[in-house]
Amino acid sequence: MGFEGIGAAVRRKEDQRFLSGSGHYTDDINRHGQLYAYIRRSDRPHARIIAIDTKAAGAMPGVAAVYTGADMQADNVGGLPCGWQVKNKDGTPMAEPPHPVLAVGKVRHVGDPFAVVVAESRQAAKDAAEKIAVTWEDLPGTASIADALAPGAALVHDDVPGNLCYDWHIGDPAATDAAFAQAARVVKLDLTNNRLIPNAMEPRAAVGDYDRTTGEHTLYTTSQNPHVIRLLMGAFVLHIPESRLRVVAPDVGGGFGSKIYHYAEEAIVTWAAGKLGKPVKWTAERAESFLSDAHGRDHISSAEMALDAEGNFLALRVKTLANMGAYLSTFAPCIPTYLYATLLAGVYKTPVIYAEVKAVFTNTVPVDAYRGAGRPEATYLLERLADVIAHETGIDRVSLRQRNFIPADAFPYQTPVALQYDSGNYQATLDAALKAADWAGFRARRAAAQTKGKLRGIGISTYIEACGIAPSAVVGSLGARAGLYEVANIRVHPTGSVSVFTGAHSHGQGHETTFAQVVSDQLGVPFEQIEIVHGDTEKIPFGMGTYGSRSLAVGGSAMVKAMDKIIAKGKRIAAHLLEASVDDIEFKNGAFSVAGTDKVKTLAEISLAAYVPHNYPINELEPGLEETAFYDPKNFTFPAGCHVAEIEIDPDTGVITVVNFVAVDDVGRVINPMIVEGQVQGGVAQGIGQALLENAVYDGSAQLVTGSMMDYTMPRADDLPSISVGTETTLCTHNPLGVKGCGEVGAIGSPPAIINAVVDALSDYGVRHIDMPASPQKIWSIVRAGRSRAAA
Amino acid sequence: MYDFTYLKPSTLPEAVSLLSSDTEAKALAGGMTFIPVLKQRLARPTKLVDLAGLGLSGISVAGGKVRIAAMTTHMTVADSPDVQKAIPALAKLAGGIGDKEVRHRGTIGGSLANNDPSACYPSAVLALGATILTNKRIIAADDYFQGMFATALEPDELITAVEFPVPEKAAYMKFPNPASRYAIVGVFVAKFPTGARVAVTGAGQSGVFRHAAMEEALGKSFSPEAVGNVPTDAENLNSDIHASAEYRAHLIGVMARRAVAAAG
Repeated sequence: MGFEGIGAAVRRKEDQRFLSGSGHYTDDINRHGQLYAYIRRSDRPHARIIAIDTKAAGAMPGVAAVYTGADMQADNVGGLPCGWQVKNKDGTPMAEPPHPVLAVGKVRHVGDPFAVVVAESRQAAKDAAEKIAVTWEDLPGTASIADALAPGAALVHDDVPGNLCYDWHIGDPAATDAAFAQAARVVKLDLTNNRLIPNAMEPRAAVGDYDRTTGEHTLYTTSQNPHVIRLLMGAFVLHIPESRLRVVAPDVGGGFGSKIYHYAEEAIVTWAAGKLGKPVKWTAERAESFLSDAHGRDHISSAEMALDAEGNFLALRVKTLANMGAYLSTFAPCIPTYLYATLLAGVYKTPVIYAEVKAVFTNTVPVDAYRGAGRPEATYLLERLADVIAHETGIDRVSLRQRNFIPADAFPYQTPVALQYDSGNYQATLDAALKAADWAGFRARRAAAQTKGKLRGIGISTYIEACGIAPSAVVGSLGARAGLYEVANIRVHPTGSVSVFTGAHSHGQGHETTFAQVVSDQLGVPFEQIEIVHGDTEKIPFGMGTYGSRSLAVGGSAMVKAMDKIIAKGKRIAAHLLEASVDDIEFKNGAFSVAGTDKVKTLAEISLAAYVPHNYPINELEPGLEETAFYDPKNFTFPAGCHVAEIEIDPDTGVITVVNFVAVDDVGRVINPMIVEGQVQGGVAQGIGQALLENAVYDGSAQLVTGSMMDYTMPRADDLPSISVGTETTLCTHNPLGVKGCGEVGAIGSPPAIINAVVDALSDYGVRHIDMPASPQKIWSIVRAGRSRAAA
Repeated sequence: MYDFTYLKPSTLPEAVSLLSSDTEAKALAGGMTFIPVLKQRLARPTKLVDLAGLGLSGISVAGGKVRIAAMTTHMTVADSPDVQKAIPALAKLAGGIGDKEVRHRGTIGGSLANNDPSACYPSAVLALGATILTNKRIIAADDYFQGMFATALEPDELITAVEFPVPEKAAYMKFPNPASRYAIVGVFVAKFPTGARVAVTGAGQSGVFRHAAMEEALGKSFSPEAVGNVPTDAENLNSDIHASAEYRAHLIGVMARRAVAAAG
């Protein structure tokens, strides 16, 4: 056993079971007498349901039941709730149309569920589902924001005029206009942030169980936040009190945001299990995942920056249209507003900003948070705009960024778009990244590539993000319908081993390792004697789950708070045992001692005394050594950094190869550098995916063209370079560990670095901007046009 | 998938009889296309006649010809020292199909019977002027491919082997679809004493085709320069979200030039 505390690259505890096939996922759960649900989904983008005939399906062998939306309504089942209400410019609330679990009246996107068959086998359920006869009246489908906003466009929801969910704004329009009026120059850029389909390795699954004898419902589900699902489904959909509803999210194979939300299938299996008195299981097929997991991004923006003669940013004006899809997914409304527009200052001291955001309904799969959620969209806009400004003003793109950086001595820094950054040093991450990427030596590499007929480009992105969305009171005032604290329960067992019950949820992040490192470090308990328990509402007091890179910053802080209580109680027990004053007891390296003496008691001795209270201050203290803490953060945390991408283009084919990628991030205090490296690399892989490969394509009638891996390009190992990861640390000033979060930085910082490099490589071809993904065909068209211009 | 009866005959006549006695029965080779089709319920065969028990696997080289039995997997072809020596381009093509798992299951006979317009093998068969051996007859490559997923095979006809003449030189260049990794454009060039043959897969609306203008140019001079500027008409080429017909036409030129260069 070596050093396994904070800062050690400890190997991941959980990998033993994951890599040996011993993980226990939702689809591994099989209950006695279990039935299987198969969901009929609309293959039409938009249609009125005239009639659904389930008789033939119900008569098929092995079928226990066939349900439609009408059956659920008759049983008083509520719609899927939205967890965030955004207000319009005029203060009125956003349009919030109902989202029935099974479609009623209309289907609104390809994949919209409208009936479910529950049968003895998956096969029988599927056979029967084919016998459900539906009479449709097709309606025009719209997939693109432009089509949905066009005058006379078909309405996705009959009572939402113009398909407009909300028309929101932030910032000071008058001050922005005034700054623009004074500007020496204005640089504009229109850009699209492409729609992505998350594709976690494990498809979603859910098992509903019901105990007739106790009336207790249990839902096993692929979720990033089981308590949130219990709250939403119990309170709004199925009307089951928390005391009768247990939600378990066991091992989960990747989420990236897509497993935050409360989905129809969770309600369907829980409800059907109660109706039938038998467990009901549903597991998505990959094709269903494409049509039912919330998608990500899908923004169209126009941005303009006002500049003075020296290239200082004077004001930023942004107009963004965001595609919500057909219904509001759980947190959808806050993504293009409070997780996007509030980030438009970036790492720059732009004094005034005004952003307007319209959210639009279309006949597409709902869109919600996907790794980064709003912050990649803000970063892409700013960092592309910065390069276009550099290009048009002739100012070097690194100097332009440095000139506008918020300086390291300006923290805490209040931005004009609500956020207050607590700490950071953007120059430090920039310097380290430029050095690691050998920015200075690029010219020679470009020349060398040219001799091989290749076009080489280098790109930079200096970004910021906001993690651990908080505090609860503030997000509540902005429309959140949940608190955003975290909970930890720490149980020191009689012989000194420790169980930690955390409301954070690990679906690949390695919490069982990093959280144990934090506890080992703080309590001095050996790493291997610490157990991290998560993902079960019956075991964990409460929790808000894992998303938005919040687990350490919020969940870790709750753990520290609970450990502080353990130590405080331990000191009182030690004072009694060591016959000293509490004020004289010190706790260090897992032992309580009387200051300045050799009198000492280990945590295990104190714990034993607490559970076997023979010699114990029983009149002042309860026995036992277990504490719970709720931690509500004072602010977001603000990781930031610099990514540098170097790419090479084969001009004959348009193929782009990423030849080098450097990420230098400030994620606050690093608990486990190996895990940080892995998190950043994974995020960068997804960012490269967005920049070069991934694109959810709908046709004009709102059919999903990229409905499988045959057409939707997920990044693969051979699409990626070796990704170099470095860290430069400034501590978060308002949480006890000084941590900021590392889960999303890779996906946030990387897309503009890649596209900036692509545009740089094509600088001789008169290219100003390229929308993502920079596909070979797109690049070839640019090269061809450039060559024919040169020839003319 | 829908229910079906699984059968695994041990002789070729038995397999043929099972297939000819039931028009809804389907032959199963490696299943790398057919099993996904079944899983998506896009086909509903009564019987699945597995050809794996017929002993139709193996490679032999004799008399200037490479003979590959129908059920030989892509991996076997890719790893075969005989193929690598006689027609290295063919081994390389086989080693670039799908992924490792697919290469261990997928077979040459299955690929050719399916004739996916984006599959790699049809280009090699056509460019090398191979012959398809069946339980009934011998079919020349030029007569075999009859459009997208269409071949000269009759319903009760099974491929038993493919015979490739050994060229002087040959090479295959594939521009893969970034998502599926099938060919958006794949060009196989082969040089024989009698002339050059060029076959293009992935691009044509009617599946694999020979490129007459490139063959003529290469017949005069088998060099990258000779083929690089031969235009391809985009008229009859496929167009999809990954590649327009014009882009495919352009890529045919690039892949042909690179293939000729690789052939040496």
